[in-house]
Amino acid sequence: MPSLETLEAAVRASGTQLVTVALRRVEASSSASMLEVLDRCGVRLLPNTAGCRTAREAVLTARLAREAFGTDWVKLEVIGDEHTLLPDAVELLDAAEQLVAEGFTVLPYTTDDPVLGRRLADAGCAAVMPLGSPIGSGLGIRNPHSIALLRDAVAVPVVLDAGIGTASDAALAMELGCDAVLLASAVTRARDPEAMALAMRQAVEGGRLARRAGRIPRRWHAEASTPFQGLPEL
Amino acid sequence: MQVTVNGDPTELADDATVADLVAARSGGHDRVAVALNGDVVPRGSWPATRLSPGDALEVLAPTAGG
Repeated sequence: MPSLETLEAAVRASGTQLVTVALRRVEASSSASMLEVLDRCGVRLLPNTAGCRTAREAVLTARLAREAFGTDWVKLEVIGDEHTLLPDAVELLDAAEQLVAEGFTVLPYTTDDPVLGRRLADAGCAAVMPLGSPIGSGLGIRNPHSIALLRDAVAVPVVLDAGIGTASDAALAMELGCDAVLLASAVTRARDPEAMALAMRQAVEGGRLARRAGRIPRRWHAEASTPFQGLPEL
Repeated sequence: MQVTVNGDPTELADDATVADLVAARSGGHDRVAVALNGDVVPRGSWPATRLSPGDALEVLAPTAGG
């Protein structure tokens, strides 16, 4: 974010209730005033395990975050590849099982694989958070079919996490049946973060409404919306 | 005594505790977490946890990130 003022304006415009934060060595951490801004906005903080590569690191990071933030909620992130930042499914499931056993409310960042999503939900995760495309790529939802299958595979909330580039990506996530979206770069790196945050809010609301309203089936050929009955012979 | 704090060799008083270290290094943060030799030190144990020569500590604070 360009400034704390922009951060506050964007958080308020987005209507978000949950903001992720990370832990870093104190010399490299954000200023304490960033937390003051988030506290003032009334959002709940969700610590993440960003940067962890093994279940051991992620479990220790979650325990440290519980100490620092006084919450047992954790966005569980275990990265398996430095270029794509894709999750390591094996380490992720291992860490999820350990943290659930320790009483954490585990929100795992996962691939869009419906089978892995079901395994995470079966392990006791409170939600599953599939990627639409790689973190920070802005490529949107590359496989909407997988997200829809994942939605049907689990009873817990599904949060589309990573890949959102613009408002229509957020709307599509909600139309596919996701319960929420988690995004950062699409707003923080937008030319006007506050305006993009508002666009995301409206897209999420629109997509959610459309999901509940029920979209019409797709057809190959046209179907006239004006009746042919009573058409004059001219 | 010498310990390692956030990867750097650091000289501390021989009777230093985790609480002393946090007071010196927290940089104005109140949401701080400490790992000592790979284990979490709960906040309530900071004053009673004496450090030993060669200990490896991580003193962590919040930062922005998705």
